[in-house]
Amino acid sequence: MRVEAVPELKVKIGLEVHCQLTDLKSKLFCSCSADYRGSEPNTHICPVCMGLPGTLPVLNRKAVEDAIMIALALNMKVSSRTLFYRKNYFYPDMPKNFQISQYDRAGGVPIAKDGYVTLDGGRKIRISRLQLEEDPGKLVYEGTIETSRATLVDYNRAGVALAEIVTEPDITSPREARIFLQKLRSILEHLGVSSGELEGSMRCDANISIEGGTRVEVKNISSFKEVERALNFEMTRQRNLLRKGLRVGRETRHWDELRRVTVTLRVKEEEEDYRYFPEPDLVPILISEEDVERLRASMPELPDSRKRRLMEQYGISMQNAEVLTDNKALAEFFEACAADYGRPDLLSNWIVGDLLSYLYDMGLELRETKLTPGHMVGILRLIDDGTISGKIGKEVLKEIIITGEAPENIVKARGLVRISDREYLERLTERVFEENPKAVSDALKDEKAIRFLVGQLMKLTDGKADPQLANILVTNRLKALAGKG
Amino acid sequence: MFHMPGILELPASEIVRRVKLQEISVEEYIGECFERIRTVDPKIHAFLTLTEDDAMVRAREIDIRTRRGEKVGSLAGVAVAVKDNICTMGVRTTCASKMLERFVPTYDATVIERLKAQDAVIVGKTNMDEFAMGSSTEQSAFGPTINPYDLERVPGGSSGGSAASVASFEATVSLGSDTGGSARCPASFCGVVGLKPTYGLVSRYGLIAFANSLEQISPIGRRVADVATVMDCISGHDSRDSTSVKTGPTSLRSHLIEDVSGIRVGVPKELFGEGTDEVVSKSVWDALKRLEGLGATCEEVSLKSLKYALASYYIISMSEASSNLARYDGLRYGFRLEDEDWDWSEAFSRNRREGFGPEVKRRIMLGTYALSAGYYNQYYLKAQKVRTLIRQELSRVFKVFNILASPTMPILPFKLGEKLRDPLEMYMCDFDTVTANLAGIPAISIPCSTYRGLPIGIQFMAPPFREDLLIRVSYTLEKSLRLDLRPAV
Amino acid sequence: MSGRIITSEEVRRLAWLSKIKISKNEERRYLEEMGEILEYFKMLDEVDTEGVEPTYHVIELVNVTREDVAQQTSSNSLLEIVPVMKGRYVKAPRII
Repeated sequence: MRVEAVPELKVKIGLEVHCQLTDLKSKLFCSCSADYRGSEPNTHICPVCMGLPGTLPVLNRKAVEDAIMIALALNMKVSSRTLFYRKNYFYPDMPKNFQISQYDRAGGVPIAKDGYVTLDGGRKIRISRLQLEEDPGKLVYEGTIETSRATLVDYNRAGVALAEIVTEPDITSPREARIFLQKLRSILEHLGVSSGELEGSMRCDANISIEGGTRVEVKNISSFKEVERALNFEMTRQRNLLRKGLRVGRETRHWDELRRVTVTLRVKEEEEDYRYFPEPDLVPILISEEDVERLRASMPELPDSRKRRLMEQYGISMQNAEVLTDNKALAEFFEACAADYGRPDLLSNWIVGDLLSYLYDMGLELRETKLTPGHMVGILRLIDDGTISGKIGKEVLKEIIITGEAPENIVKARGLVRISDREYLERLTERVFEENPKAVSDALKDEKAIRFLVGQLMKLTDGKADPQLANILVTNRLKALAGKG
Repeated sequence: MFHMPGILELPASEIVRRVKLQEISVEEYIGECFERIRTVDPKIHAFLTLTEDDAMVRAREIDIRTRRGEKVGSLAGVAVAVKDNICTMGVRTTCASKMLERFVPTYDATVIERLKAQDAVIVGKTNMDEFAMGSSTEQSAFGPTINPYDLERVPGGSSGGSAASVASFEATVSLGSDTGGSARCPASFCGVVGLKPTYGLVSRYGLIAFANSLEQISPIGRRVADVATVMDCISGHDSRDSTSVKTGPTSLRSHLIEDVSGIRVGVPKELFGEGTDEVVSKSVWDALKRLEGLGATCEEVSLKSLKYALASYYIISMSEASSNLARYDGLRYGFRLEDEDWDWSEAFSRNRREGFGPEVKRRIMLGTYALSAGYYNQYYLKAQKVRTLIRQELSRVFKVFNILASPTMPILPFKLGEKLRDPLEMYMCDFDTVTANLAGIPAISIPCSTYRGLPIGIQFMAPPFREDLLIRVSYTLEKSLRLDLRPAV
Repeated sequence: MSGRIITSEEVRRLAWLSKIKISKNEERRYLEEMGEILEYFKMLDEVDTEGVEPTYHVIELVNVTREDVAQQTSSNSLLEIVPVMKGRYVKAPRII
């Protein structure tokens, strides 16, 4: 278990998150299909997104609407007038060698500014700006980036719409960074604009400084798990430098996922200068209050509202509600089950406790499993009517996650039906007592030691014995022995 | 001048009329054009690429349709030369640069689609200054174009090939582009008519960008009527160009009226300043006096901001160019050196060093400078603010005058090589024309006289979307002048 | 000497930023030519632009957008003009 950072260590983390607007059918500035995952390289391209000479961008209206909704969900102020800017730099993944983006200086106004996200527990992380921009293409190396003799470029992703969300350096630990990102992802999923599950749909760069010192930028972080790892590493690295009396250099570092270290990006001869200026081929976007209100009214339920509703409607605990709404798929799963099952509090415990921990252990997302709400409810009903024990229920759940078999079938096939045959169990109890004389004498002296004996009985039955009955039988037998002796 | 079939002298509208009546065959007519090109172009080098096979196929096809009594378009049979920075599907489009020497677009520019839809016949792609950067068509990677009126002089630029091809009767009309005067300048030097439309009136989709906020595709013809005819075909909203104004095509032909009574013409002092040849000045004033005789009033006016137009124009255009030309790195199309074992940055730098000519590189460097941190405010931002002042001053003056007049070029066509030593000297040629691009207003150049055989052009400028005034005034002047210009080829 | 308004170092940096390789000779020539041109541009310093908004677009258009509809065109003709490919990838020089 990772040890939390020393509490006195003052850490400031800011994140720059790039979220693909995966609900869009076309790219930001052209009509290419944005659904490129799984396609052959360089099939989702056209003269516009390839930056061919003479081509011009045309803005996707829905991208603007999505951005406004994100701004509202993040409590931001939507700008009444916004412009696109060119960010000029060369790189093989950039078809035009400039990116059409937005800017917040030199007269530029991004689509929204100054909002916040409230984490569970009440901490507010401020969001400084939200802007729309286009994704570059993807680079593939023959080998590693260092050893590759050539670079292969796939422009399928070039031009896909991104919402860039930038926080103030309000985040105080790597763990909090991960929590923030999960919350952000849940919000975007609930809005329906971005599906965080899709590979590469949410990427982030981080800035971290400790003890009020130099800010280091960390790039190339591919997933939320990696964010926490990268920032933990970097935090430790910086702390070690300070301990040795060395200075932390202001630089950009690259997270190496395989070696689990941040490395200095090769020292460039020169520093980039992006030479931002307004994009001449695109005209300003004016957003009226009516536009904003119309979109606000059409917004779907967001995680925080859903959390409150789940608590009210189903009477589940706040902790459970928080975990459930942290992930849209999970919350929906819960509600689908709850529609069909009369004990939502129990259900939520199963989902939040058991299901989630199994998914985590197996490294799976809910959608990657074969588990349906019907299955979940089925298990709980089998437990409720005594066919199986809770413990067996957990086993069945684990299996359904992988096989998708109906619970009744599994129970039947593996013979997991709860054993309530009293005679049979009494015979087994006898055997347990015979095989464990020391435990028996312990239990006679100390009541609590009875648990071992009950455990042995459960073991003999592969956990299928009715636990209550097992308890009664063992207790009775002990009483009988006590009475005798 | 060599004997030339009379058919080549016909205006566009007359060609179309006779084609529709089957009085001439398009195949014959286009055939004559190519004969003319074969005779003349070795001397003037207006064309970089000829599309003879395609053109003849189209020509025959139009003839078949007219014979069958089918409807044909408003430009049926008209021979069009297209500046080589306008994309033509399947036809090499080079921008007169080594960088795009073998680039074949997979799409037509919107204007090309519209011309084809009206049965125009494209005969070839014309020479220009590389990436439209120049005022003499000497800065082409494939050799200069020569002025048909004097084979030792430049035709103007950057649309020199387009103007020369029309002036020498190789084509009926042509398309040029105008970023700072690039269509009007060669029109003036070659004794033809060139119109820069109001910004946003003609789609830029397919125009290979030099300076996006300044440029427009511009029709060039021997007569005002021809320019109006082409404008009516190519103008109008295009959803592929976000800066395209939401209006339909123009009907400029309806303004081919001889009537300037009551037109108030303002004549900016600043555009007749030092650096303007006396001969040019006199020619233009003579033309203005003629207009007065026809019922217009001409009055001098001072527009102080125009003094700064050239600097403002060059800073803005170079800045935009430095960004627009960044895409040329050899990866996805265009010139690519044999990949020795360089990293991408080195490879790009060597590619661009080889692919671009000196003027292009100079402007990219200057544009990069003007946008860079520490200089952005002093150059790019400042130039854009000065641009606002120029627009405001023009706005004020157009409340008093209907149109403005000036020389198109401050000087007569100069000799080849004369202005190549000093870039700034070449830039100064644009002094009279850049104002219209900065303000986005329409401007036209028509020939108003010659001096020792060299054409001189007069320029008119009008408020946004008032091409009708330009057409009317220049048509009236043209009819009155009755110039019969004959090139030396 | 125009070295005042722009320096050799700046010229080299511009060449790096714009990815155009220049020789020492060219560096000297650019220094001179650019210097002369920048001197001319300085005349804008005398214009009072206090409170003046820049003109980024000369037209009054706003809110030009298109519907979110995917119309995928075939990519093969685009790939035919790519100078160097590997399979369906565009081949670029190494990064490092």
